[in-house]
Amino acid sequence: MFGEKKPFDSGKYKNKEAFLFLLPWILGVVLFTVGPMVQSLWLSFTDYSIYSEAKFIGLQNFIEMFSEDRMFKHSLLITLRYVFLFVPIKLIAALLIAVLLNQNVKGMSVYRTIYYIPSIVGAGIAMAVTWKIVLSRDGFVNEFLGIFGLGPFDFLTNPKMSLTTLALMGAWQFGSAMVVFLAALKQVPRELYEAGDIDGAGKVNQFFKITLPMISSTILFNLIMGIINAFQVFTQVSVITNGGPADSTYVYMLHLYRTAFESHRMGYSSALAWVLTFIILAFALVIFKSSQKWVYYEN
Amino acid sequence: MLFPMIWLVSGVFKPGSEIFSGEFQLISENFTLKNFADGWYINPNHSFGYFLKNTFVMVGVVIGGTVISSSLAGFAFARLNFIGKWPLFIFMLATMMLPSQVTLIPKYIMFSKIGWIDSYLPFSIPAFCAVNGFHVFLIVQFIRGIPKELDEAAYMDGCSTFGIYGRIIMPLCKPVLFSVAIFTFIWTWDDYLNQLIYISSVDKFTVSLFLRSLIDSTSSISWGPLLANTLISLIPGIVLFFIAQPYFVEGIATSGLKG
Repeated sequence: MFGEKKPFDSGKYKNKEAFLFLLPWILGVVLFTVGPMVQSLWLSFTDYSIYSEAKFIGLQNFIEMFSEDRMFKHSLLITLRYVFLFVPIKLIAALLIAVLLNQNVKGMSVYRTIYYIPSIVGAGIAMAVTWKIVLSRDGFVNEFLGIFGLGPFDFLTNPKMSLTTLALMGAWQFGSAMVVFLAALKQVPRELYEAGDIDGAGKVNQFFKITLPMISSTILFNLIMGIINAFQVFTQVSVITNGGPADSTYVYMLHLYRTAFESHRMGYSSALAWVLTFIILAFALVIFKSSQKWVYYEN
Repeated sequence: MLFPMIWLVSGVFKPGSEIFSGEFQLISENFTLKNFADGWYINPNHSFGYFLKNTFVMVGVVIGGTVISSSLAGFAFARLNFIGKWPLFIFMLATMMLPSQVTLIPKYIMFSKIGWIDSYLPFSIPAFCAVNGFHVFLIVQFIRGIPKELDEAAYMDGCSTFGIYGRIIMPLCKPVLFSVAIFTFIWTWDDYLNQLIYISSVDKFTVSLFLRSLIDSTSSISWGPLLANTLISLIPGIVLFFIAQPYFVEGIATSGLKG
């Protein structure tokens, strides 16, 4: 009894204290996460403009979306095109550069920094503005290409090029994915490559047979993150092209934004938000399911 | 790779007429700092510094709130036992994956009903409520690496739970708290959509909104000042990055990506 140690954390429940520690988070969840989510679901079945009462209209928003709203289908197509451009380019660039940097090149941390900086500063409006100027008809890129007798190209003002340009601009920020790949590459055991060397496998062969499978779970992670981000693209599009020219860059989030804050149709835009969420979820699930076939886990 | 920034830096020091001239020179013969002065005072009512200050204040409060609320929650999940701990933890992880567009509109409606539109409250108050599960998660993972013996020793000395939080765990958490602060800084500074919908009067403009207003004008744009302001607005992010580089890379690379 005397001197008996009371174990600190032996499953003794500290509900009251934990509640106090978690109180801010609980408030946040209720007020700013779950509450709005539930409300948003309810709203999607209403017609609501903030200035008047919400009117329950059942599935009408969804019916309108799929039958009458031309811009819904259009923006969805544009966004899908963006996703299929942006994600592969970003991942391939990130992986390739990571593999190159992993060769213990001299000054690797400098290169790593250089490739990583766009992720940090690139998401904001400053880089969007800079890109817009640099890619304009009189901009630097066209000047540079002019030296070789190429161009000038209307990167952002030609409907055929605008979306691809935006996708490349987004993929330029591949640094964060690259860093994640670098970490994964470092965890591949050296012995595997040495065994490969002994077996006479070339570097390229080793890349496909050793490297890719060993980092496949990281590829999955970057793939899902990339897709989620791509579907939600807004800032660059809004600032640089605002959906144009000729609606060639009119992405889904832009449609949602306009419906909510310019047309003041809160109910309909909530419905749009949920449809997007389900589409993203569907993509993620399909990829997860397929991952059973191509992702290798250590255990 | 960094050429747009290099172009920006070189253009900022050129007189306006040379920025788009046919021949490109890295450093102009007419090297000038005038663009900075012009850009700083381009708005008749507020200097660019005013908008920088606005943004720093807003982001600063958000960082403070996030660090406090996330560390409190993180401590609870990492060190305390309570009813529903695991379901709540999994729930918190799930909220990390919630797409933001779903809560966008109801939050706007709620803030508009209580009159928080055109203020920074929609940013600061949620920050004090640990809305971003990512930070809680980072902190939980970090605290798990701190030996429990330290807690036990303090407890034996009569330290309260809150005391353990404040005097033992938090001082040791400086690296992860720093990471949280940096992520929060960048994500808040760059959060264009929310700034767009919640802030309407020029007085409260953040740097992002101010820059947008500069390119929005239908009258002719003065390129020199625009480039100068753009460059200045990139500087906090870059400076922060260099200060924080070790924390960044380690934080992303090691937080729960094993296997």
